[in-house]
Amino acid sequence: MQEKRNHKPLLYKLLLAVFCMFLFAFALVPLYDTFCEVTGINGKTGGRIRAAIEEIDTSRIIRLEFITHNNQEMPWEFYVTQPYIDLHPGEVKQVDFYARNPTDIDMVGQTIPSVSPGVGARYIKKTECFCFDFQPLKAGAEEVMPVVLFLDPKIPDHIEELTLSYTLFDITDRS
Amino acid sequence: MGDHHHGPAKGLSRWLLTTNHKDIGTLYLWFAFIMFLVGGAFAMVIRMELFQPGNQLVSPNTFNQLTTMHGLIMVFGAIMPAFTGFANWLIPMMVGAPDMALPRMNNWSFWILPFAFAILLSSWFMDGGAPNFGWTFYAPLSTQGPPSTDFFILSVHMMGISSIMGAINVIVTIFNMRAPGMTLMKMPIFCWSWLITAFLLIAVMPILAAAVTMLLTDRNFGTSFFDAAGGGDPVLFQHIFWFFGHPEVYIMILPAFGIVSEILPTFTRKRLFGRVSMIYAIVAIAGLSFIVWAHHMFTTGMPVIAGLFFMYATMLIAVPTGVKIFNWAATIFRGALTFETPMLFALGFVFLFTIGGFSGLMLALIPADIQYHDTYFVVAHFHYVLVSGALFSIFAGAYYWLPKWTGTMYNETLGKFHFWLSAISFNITFFPMHFMGLAGMPRRIPDYALQFADFNRISSIGSFVFGLSQLLFLYIIIQAIRGKGKKATDEVWDDHPRGLEWTLSSPPAYHTFETPPSEKLVEEHH
Amino acid sequence: MHKALRLVQLCCILIGSLLSSVASATGLQYNMTRGVTPVSHAQYDLHMTVLFIVTAIGVLVFGLLIFSIFRYRKSKGAKAATFHENVQIEVIWTVIPFVILMVLAVPATKTLIAMEDTRKSEMTIAVTGYQWYWHYEYLNEDISFYSNPATTAEEIAGLVPKSGYYQLEVDKPLVVPTNTKIRFAFSANDVIHAWWVPALGVKRDTIPGFINESWAVIEEVGTYRGQCAELCGVRHGYMPIVVEAITPEEFEAWVAEQKGGLEEVIEESEA
Repeated sequence: MQEKRNHKPLLYKLLLAVFCMFLFAFALVPLYDTFCEVTGINGKTGGRIRAAIEEIDTSRIIRLEFITHNNQEMPWEFYVTQPYIDLHPGEVKQVDFYARNPTDIDMVGQTIPSVSPGVGARYIKKTECFCFDFQPLKAGAEEVMPVVLFLDPKIPDHIEELTLSYTLFDITDRS
Repeated sequence: MGDHHHGPAKGLSRWLLTTNHKDIGTLYLWFAFIMFLVGGAFAMVIRMELFQPGNQLVSPNTFNQLTTMHGLIMVFGAIMPAFTGFANWLIPMMVGAPDMALPRMNNWSFWILPFAFAILLSSWFMDGGAPNFGWTFYAPLSTQGPPSTDFFILSVHMMGISSIMGAINVIVTIFNMRAPGMTLMKMPIFCWSWLITAFLLIAVMPILAAAVTMLLTDRNFGTSFFDAAGGGDPVLFQHIFWFFGHPEVYIMILPAFGIVSEILPTFTRKRLFGRVSMIYAIVAIAGLSFIVWAHHMFTTGMPVIAGLFFMYATMLIAVPTGVKIFNWAATIFRGALTFETPMLFALGFVFLFTIGGFSGLMLALIPADIQYHDTYFVVAHFHYVLVSGALFSIFAGAYYWLPKWTGTMYNETLGKFHFWLSAISFNITFFPMHFMGLAGMPRRIPDYALQFADFNRISSIGSFVFGLSQLLFLYIIIQAIRGKGKKATDEVWDDHPRGLEWTLSSPPAYHTFETPPSEKLVEEHH
Repeated sequence: MHKALRLVQLCCILIGSLLSSVASATGLQYNMTRGVTPVSHAQYDLHMTVLFIVTAIGVLVFGLLIFSIFRYRKSKGAKAATFHENVQIEVIWTVIPFVILMVLAVPATKTLIAMEDTRKSEMTIAVTGYQWYWHYEYLNEDISFYSNPATTAEEIAGLVPKSGYYQLEVDKPLVVPTNTKIRFAFSANDVIHAWWVPALGVKRDTIPGFINESWAVIEEVGTYRGQCAELCGVRHGYMPIVVEAITPEEFEAWVAEQKGGLEEVIEESEA
């Protein structure tokens, strides 16, 4: 008979490896978010920042376009009052978005921003945005929702225009 | 322990309670074959619907369910269990061990599978029908999928657990149970290919488990991993899925490399050329598989720099893969060739897998991939790799070791007939798909524009022949198992094939290598 | 190296024209379209280059295999050689593919960078995928409409003969000007779709909640057809795309007509 080797140490190591890989997959979620922020995958913009007074770079003008979408069955009217703005890097501007709940039920919306090209996302700095919070709107209510933003003067020269899209989701059931 | 040295138990309990690696190998192989027929039947319906433009046979929703189930069953039910079956039968015999290291776990890892697939297949009869979002189950289509999606998730979990247990068993067996004198570098290349495969399984099956878990909580418990409204991201799903999915592709092809590398030397009567670089190539391919996942996602929009990285890394895979193909060619060069059925399938593998490799290189180039992505060109590519690659190697291996396992030679004439029918009909089925894809036909569509009609008809006819030829394979195998045929010698093949399995009787005793083979024998057969 | 590339390119053009003449003779398309944009031309050239390279490698490898299969048969008395290692040759066939890959990477990289350069676009169209139709919005022009599949249920069921553009026709095509850099901003309403028009060389996923972009300069007037290229549910196969490229002058007139039409509608509803 072959000498009987104890398989348990190796077995436990392998089970541990399996468990670690399972956890690793969940760790991919925050890793991915960080990665997106650094590389601009999917054009996720950052959260609220304090208005810092930046040097205005008047040598450049960048066009910022706005697009609005309603997701799935979201019945609200949702649009931007200006289709685009031209601004110098560092210059602070306000853009107004308009939302109206035409239904006869109270609803909650959530808007998700996305920027294209994605590498530009990290240079859009918002000091105020409706997208930071839920948007509750009573039946029939309307609201003008401002975004105050500026472009980081560090924005690379090759970016000449940016598109900022807001998609409005209905999250009444969740909140 | 009393009946330890006797034969198997009688009746059903032999199979339910068995811890014998040969029995479990047999179970895996039969299970894989049954699933292959089920998945194949789905493919036949798909090809019937696509025989001509218009909606003839099944509704678009049923069509999507068929493509989803075909993919899932072929990947998780046919190819993977078939390779695990080979591993169970062969690894102990090849490394001179009495059995797998963890025989009771081995029993579990098999018996989970029938239940997993019973659950998956039962989803056809559930409210809302079977999963219909493709085997890749991209979010948010799958988060909005039918109620049966939750059962699909359970079933994927069970398949994953089964694969992980199988992989652990292979690693422990290879590390702890090799006969004295068999160093890792002297170990047969099939065992090497499976060792690397097992590590890949351990690394990525938990990732798949996590992906379906996130899907489950997104669907039922209000999380939003993949839902933009809650701060999630549907593209994240694709990253996680393909982080599993690309190594998974190699899980389905590395054992095939191993089988072909065992077969070619026997029928060329030469040693495998560049054995060491073959092993390194397997390791390199496995390593690269972790950094190329996003080449499945070139149209999702990624920064140029990320695109370039994944494109270059993907192109690099061509190097070790090329080495393998050149080494097989060099093995064949100046041999003394005979063309028994296993050799025919192995040669078919080398030719047709290479074509799949070529289209793989084309797909790696992002600008061209923008046109190929999600078209029939991709369908052609992965069927060249998985059917004429993985499946042909399974056929080759089955013919190669069947006489050893059963003690009876299969019918050589019918075997050759099976090969030629399969190889020709395979090409009739899948080669035109390259043209369809290039001409602009998207994949996963139940109906198509008129300019694709001719190629689709050709492809459908080919697929029906291919499907029917596999019944011939079933017949050949049953005949051999029933002992209808010439008695196989212990060495089975002429001119002393290498490998410890050929030193055993045909069929081998129920328990083999209870006394390990001598170092001299190991040395002779390395 | 440049000469070699030239040669490859020349051969590709030769093979390409040969194939296309066969194709036009039989009326069967079996190769990638050359398309009508600079990007689609570059994609096609890259496709033909890599196709030529793999064909050449294939001829060599398969040639050796077929030669061996016929020459070294045991039945013809072949005796097996005993060699099984040769470091030199293995280094050679590791290095040569690597060099070929580097040669291939050059045009691929150039094209990719050009493809992603959406700057200096002259107009932007927001494309949104819905289950199962498309929505187009001309930014800054106040024109937007849905584009629905137009193939009838009778045709699909085979009750009436199928028209020439079966499964590739819509009720309202996307109208765009030629020789204009058009930027597309993609998004989706529900699940992921992909907007694909082969002749434009554009295929991009439309992802709910996110935007993606791509661009095209269409060089020829014409109607270009495509389909959704990402499984998006039951009617994924029934989501055609039709792009009608007209001259910039005609386009201006079309825009005016669209807006005029709109005003008329408003006036009518007010009256």
